[in-house]
Amino acid sequence: MAAPLTLVLIVAVTIRAVLFNSSLAELITERVEVVSPLNAWKRVVEGLALLDLGVSPYSGDVFHETPLIIYLFHFVIDYADIVFMIADGITAVALYLAIQDYNKGVFRKQKYALEADRYPHDCLELIRTPKEMYYIPLKVALFYLLNPFTILSCVAKSTCGLNNAVIALFILSTIKGSALLSAIFLALATYQSVYPLTLCVPALLFLLQRLYIPVNVRWASFWLFTVQYAVMFLGSLAVIVCLSFFLLSSWDFIPSVYGFILSVPDLTPNIGLFWYFFAEMFEHFRPFFICVFQINVFFYTIPLSIKLKEHPVFLIFMQIAIISIFKSYPTVGDIALYMAFLPVWNHLYRFLRNIFLVSCVLLACSALFPVLWHLWIYAGSANSNFYYAITLLFNVGQILLVSDYFYAYLRREHHLTHGLYLKRKDGSEATLVLK
Amino acid sequence: MHLKLVLKSVKKHEDEEDDTRRRQCGRNVVKKMAACRYGPVLLLGVVALVSHFSNASTPNNLEETSEEPKSVDGADSVLPERADTRESNEFSQRQDDSNAWHEALESGSRWEATEVENLREEVAETFDSARHRRYDDQFQEELVIRPLNSGDIYSSFQFRTRWDMDFFLKGKKVADYRLFPKSLGQVITKFSIRELHISFTQGFWRTMQWGQPFLSAPPGAELWVWFQDTVIDVDGAWKELTNVLSGIFCASLNFIDSTNTVQPSASFKPLGVGNVTNQKFLRYAVLPREIVCTENLTPWKKLLPCGSKAGLAVLLKSEKLFHSSFHSQAVHIQPVCQDWQCTSTAWELRQTLNVVFDLHTSGQSRREWSLFKMFSRTLTEACPLASSSKIYMDITDNSQGELFELSPVSPIRRQAVVLGDRRTYSVYDLMTPDTFGMLRSLNILLRWTMTDIAEGLRPLLHGERYVAGYGLQSGEIHTLIYNNHPYRAFPVLLLDSVPWYLRLYIHTLTVTSKNCENKPSYIHYQPSKDRLRPHLLEMLIQLPPNSVTEVMVQFERALLKWTEYPPRPKPRLLRWLLRH
Repeated sequence: MAAPLTLVLIVAVTIRAVLFNSSLAELITERVEVVSPLNAWKRVVEGLALLDLGVSPYSGDVFHETPLIIYLFHFVIDYADIVFMIADGITAVALYLAIQDYNKGVFRKQKYALEADRYPHDCLELIRTPKEMYYIPLKVALFYLLNPFTILSCVAKSTCGLNNAVIALFILSTIKGSALLSAIFLALATYQSVYPLTLCVPALLFLLQRLYIPVNVRWASFWLFTVQYAVMFLGSLAVIVCLSFFLLSSWDFIPSVYGFILSVPDLTPNIGLFWYFFAEMFEHFRPFFICVFQINVFFYTIPLSIKLKEHPVFLIFMQIAIISIFKSYPTVGDIALYMAFLPVWNHLYRFLRNIFLVSCVLLACSALFPVLWHLWIYAGSANSNFYYAITLLFNVGQILLVSDYFYAYLRREHHLTHGLYLKRKDGSEATLVLK
Repeated sequence: MHLKLVLKSVKKHEDEEDDTRRRQCGRNVVKKMAACRYGPVLLLGVVALVSHFSNASTPNNLEETSEEPKSVDGADSVLPERADTRESNEFSQRQDDSNAWHEALESGSRWEATEVENLREEVAETFDSARHRRYDDQFQEELVIRPLNSGDIYSSFQFRTRWDMDFFLKGKKVADYRLFPKSLGQVITKFSIRELHISFTQGFWRTMQWGQPFLSAPPGAELWVWFQDTVIDVDGAWKELTNVLSGIFCASLNFIDSTNTVQPSASFKPLGVGNVTNQKFLRYAVLPREIVCTENLTPWKKLLPCGSKAGLAVLLKSEKLFHSSFHSQAVHIQPVCQDWQCTSTAWELRQTLNVVFDLHTSGQSRREWSLFKMFSRTLTEACPLASSSKIYMDITDNSQGELFELSPVSPIRRQAVVLGDRRTYSVYDLMTPDTFGMLRSLNILLRWTMTDIAEGLRPLLHGERYVAGYGLQSGEIHTLIYNNHPYRAFPVLLLDSVPWYLRLYIHTLTVTSKNCENKPSYIHYQPSKDRLRPHLLEMLIQLPPNSVTEVMVQFERALLKWTEYPPRPKPRLLRWLLRH
């Protein structure tokens, strides 16, 4: 398996290297779909230039990276291209290893269930074979590395690629069962962009499951482990934040990074839902809707964790997808991360209801983004409504995709317990409805 | 002392140039272009560039003023330091009629640099009143008329009121303002102001055609104030002061807030006595959108001791003044020395009004000017309160009457030398009855004899700027500073205050002269905060002799909330209505 992975890596690096040296790189760097105020490379360079001038990079409203990023690039600014390619490589390899491990676990569980004869007899066609599971990790790496969204994000040197690498490492260490590393990487991801905070629930669920501790509030070991994980997470977060403080000896980065993410002052258009909404809103409603929009990102954690507490890896996928749809400054790089997981769920394909429609919507929107941007910004024949309409459609497409997978996953689980051909009480054929 | 040659140039808001640009902005403009018009959402705003040419030392600096603080002697008629305002836009220059900037490219019109000068004359103390003698309060008025080679006429009024009130003596109850306007006197006391400079300008000063102005002013309103070091809450005082001034001058100065106020670190020094250089007490703001009109002129005239009833101020009729190519009125309050030794200080209020009339606004083809034609009034008397009241007519280029004829001819001539340029003035003293002649009315008449426009010298230092790039997303601000001196290099302090909604990328800043990088020796940069404060960029650049220095910086336009878009000027709406 190492050889194909190496091949994929080489192909991916070649594509990126070619694009980095082409004239397209400059064009891609400017695209609002690819870079946001939070992770644009131009702003990283600006932050470094401000540091050189002796001005705090956080005194202005251009630089919103964390201090660790600025120090990373302080030393490797000349090798930035390579850093971003390595980050993509790390993400792909981490996801590859994580999914390999996860699939082993899934297969083992399935084997035990089969041996215990827990599956209904008509569900045998739902049983996954080692043959079809064999190539899934490779497909995941392929989906991440050769996804045009990832490539664009990498060529634009969006620091989103680094965040994705951290999240991928977090997933890997979680699936490998290392609570400490998982907490550290989760803290790092949270430190970078706040939203991965919600991933602590699936990580905790996974680690508990791995240690055979039931999720039950009356069990002391449950509380013991939860507290242990929380302490590790908060401890490493505190260490990272304090480290940032000592790097710049000021707390300016807190409002400038996290305040910026949460209060959304910069309304530069992107593929998210915030910018247009808050540009057109009555000012006195703004705090209220800021809260509503931000709570929206975090809120899904609760119902999803309850529903999917037996399936933490799928929960991770759902959470990453929700974050990338509803976060305040999303870019295509965020989408690429959750799309890399789609091959993991290809056994759900038969239950997906509108995958064709959704794929068409996503493809059409991706093509329409630059078109409507051009009409608005350069040709002057359109306006922001046009671009926002496409943004909206794109997000509806994503939501449909995610909910479709959610439905399919639940349906398959239902079938695995109740049989594939469901009957009503009167004997007629029944259909499942997601409620 | 050094004479500071100031170059100020302010980027006019695009709205005003909008129509022209839209016509010219093709969809695929790839050359160095001005930015296209604003879309409904993105906006390029005001870029105020104020470049201060400090240390532009003058070869023939006036020695007698060099040792003593400025404006020491009340008898000195110091024409204000002069500077140039200039704006150019390559793009709009290329063609077009309606564009107000079209003439800027006619590089044929060259003009010599104008100078700071010092016209020395005798004090004609006319006040017999014991009160005035005791306090030595003075009011002087003067008008400098300068025929420009382009055929336009530049008139510069200056009214100086001196109020002998030592501002260093604190806690003194002020009961008598005498000649000084009470409204401003109270403002000074209430806000503990050390210096106040305010100007209202309509139109652009065209340096390439007109040479340097006597006093530079950016289009719209400009206000800069030094507070005394006893002020604790400078920002609060500034906010309140702008609101008060807004009422006094009937202007929209109340729109000055933290988003357009800057605190330059090096560009400004107090012009009066005292050497406070703590920039904490300095505030500077420009409102380029401010439309200057009659309602600003009337309160300005009311500050004069004689109002517009007598003296030179009778010429200030708004229906003529605002029918001109350039109009700029200013108020400067600063402490000056009372006497030569500077034992005590006095407040000086200097009110200036500069106006350029051109041939075309007068609606006639005859190249002939007179006070009556320009101002629709003639002069019959000086202000009775004035200690000096004079008209200076610049006849430097006309020693033999080769350019124009002047009548009546005044026998008094006066010369002043600055920047190596000797200027000759014909002086009309309104305090002497002879000046008014038999008709008891003075109407200086100037008839051009030259029919073609003569070529002047290029101004020594001038600047221009334009926005390059196309589309609404990003662009580049290019500033060109010309040094036309054949062998002297000049250090230039460039101040740029850019509103927050244009996000500057300082790492893209490049300064090039003669095709190689010219690294600024001093950079002070303060990045903007969204909806809170503007960008402030100050740079000390060495201009090599006979060169063009280009300063380029990239910016990105921010998407504004729907309430943040500035109102569109009414003329645009009208033009739009007419076209559709």
